[in-house]
Amino acid sequence: MEATRRALADGRSGLTHWRVDQSGFDTFVGPVPALSDLRLPERWADWDCRNNRLAYLALHQDDFADFATRAAARYGARRVGVLIGTTTSGIRETEEAFTRRDADGALPPSFRYRRAHTGFAAADFVRSVLGLQGPATVVSTACSSSAKVFAAAARLIACGVIDAAVVGGVDTLCGTTLFGFRSLELLASTPCQPFDAERSGLSLGEAGAFVFLERSAGAARSDDILLLGAGESSDAYHMSTPHPEGLGARLAIESALASAHLSAQDIDYVNLHGTGTRTNDAAEDKAVTGLLGRRVPCSSTKGATGHALGAAGAVELVISALAIQTQTFPGGVTTTRQDPALHCNFLRAPQPGRVRRVLSNSFGFGGTNCALLIGAAVP
Amino acid sequence: MNDLGGASVWLRGIGVCGSELNTWPNARAVLRGEAPLPAQAAPIPLCPRLPAAERRRASKVVNIAMSAGLEAVASAGLDAATLATVFATSGADGENCHAICVALASPDPGDHLLSPTRFHNSVTNAAAGYWAIATGAMASSTTLTTYDGGFSAALLEAYAALLTGTPDILVTVFEAPYPEPLHSKRPIGSSLGVALALSADAGPGRLARLPLARLRLALTDDMPDRMASGSLEQIRCSSPPARGLPLLDRIARGHHGIIRLDYLDDLRLAIEVEPT
Repeated sequence: MEATRRALADGRSGLTHWRVDQSGFDTFVGPVPALSDLRLPERWADWDCRNNRLAYLALHQDDFADFATRAAARYGARRVGVLIGTTTSGIRETEEAFTRRDADGALPPSFRYRRAHTGFAAADFVRSVLGLQGPATVVSTACSSSAKVFAAAARLIACGVIDAAVVGGVDTLCGTTLFGFRSLELLASTPCQPFDAERSGLSLGEAGAFVFLERSAGAARSDDILLLGAGESSDAYHMSTPHPEGLGARLAIESALASAHLSAQDIDYVNLHGTGTRTNDAAEDKAVTGLLGRRVPCSSTKGATGHALGAAGAVELVISALAIQTQTFPGGVTTTRQDPALHCNFLRAPQPGRVRRVLSNSFGFGGTNCALLIGAAVP
Repeated sequence: MNDLGGASVWLRGIGVCGSELNTWPNARAVLRGEAPLPAQAAPIPLCPRLPAAERRRASKVVNIAMSAGLEAVASAGLDAATLATVFATSGADGENCHAICVALASPDPGDHLLSPTRFHNSVTNAAAGYWAIATGAMASSTTLTTYDGGFSAALLEAYAALLTGTPDILVTVFEAPYPEPLHSKRPIGSSLGVALALSADAGPGRLARLPLARLRLALTDDMPDRMASGSLEQIRCSSPPARGLPLLDRIARGHHGIIRLDYLDDLRLAIEVEPT
């Protein structure tokens, strides 16, 4: 958290150049270099894959695992759920295993479908590492996955199935998304520049972020963050292109505001989905300015992190929480000149301000939209 | 234990697509012992509701999910265009995943460029995306992946949504076998989609048709129910949507009682089924 806070305050980007040699194209990515050499403890060796390594690394930052374990002892392990967002889970292992098929075309014996390949492996692994015994699932709705886990966990808490949940997202770089976005001509050859006039696509990142969500108990501590509302919707328009007027996004934001009993003027900052593709940013701009007007400070932090796909929602919720805790608007640090056709109040550099309530947007393929609203527990 | 207590929701329609049980009326007759289990799995129909461009791009799993979902919605008398949805699958489009892995493993970099359709069909929520385009539904939709526990996970998600303000919701659980070599690592039986249309209340004047049953859900340590018939038990174990068979069996027979479904290794879902 401290490293993230400092990078945001300094307006630094973690994107680095990557020449995809074989195919001869350039892109920028936000990698987690430690993953290549990270070894899971012997107990978890059977779960080894890049995605679970990242989950393990993230769980052990900031004493999160200890916190979750202590909380589970308080609530009872059965009363704490695990809801994780991921899009590709351990598919990178599968891609690699396909290069090692034997003469009969069979995958190597070391290939593990349940512990690495399948989407649920992400939640199964987190639940196992933390010793939790409550309900668990993976939400896999492309780039809204780890935003939607907050909404789903809040519902399970509200209806009494659980008392608390570990929610979050984890997604890692792999060939499927690299070559997939390349084929759609959505990968920028420079660091992505959300809302820039010259924006030419997204930059991929990898990330893990976890949050402990529990029923607000009345006596909140001053640095607690409240999940004030959530809104979810579908575009019903196209599989990989957003509705041009941002109708689905607008519906999600409206529904988040309604669920929080808030109105547009109550929002102090919008952490945009802002991938840096031409159509995504244009549609989101219409949705945001149409509902919230042109004054509310907005930025996309994907120029700093890259687009972590299924982990983006959770990462950006954490960044939004840091904005509240530090009373600082994060900047869209790779954007040099805002597209004159886009009218939101896009901040290119971090700046201090009064940040009490934040809207965080996450949209994805299949026309999935999720808007989360968070706020300071003590105004 | 005959009464789980707690809040109830209403099951209003069922859809079944694929496998030997294809369509709810067929499945119901088999489960009631009124018809023999067909020897062959049914072919998967193409979904007529998709626009032409999407129909060309939609894969088998999309057609399975759409057909099961539309059957449940029609029998419930609900409007798909306004309905919230929960989809669940463990492997999503396995044929597409296979094709991507083969392309990426090719020594020829020219093969690494995937077609745009292949890439957008690779997301787990592809079926949800096609469903929304076909029906015009802009309501909330989620897609869960929970290995063999998808049926229970989806039902639990829908239950929580219904108890927190969503009036009606469609649950669609679907799965299709992978081609080799993934099939050997994750064997799935026949392609199957099972859909349940659910409502939060059955208040007077709200429902045009009588619901099928009142459901109450709870988590349990009890072992999952097995099917009495060996061939149906084999189907139950063959895919995540088929793990819901004990629920369909209870509805088909119309008996009040509690059934238990597979969910996680150390946790099962108990459902009190009260037929109406």
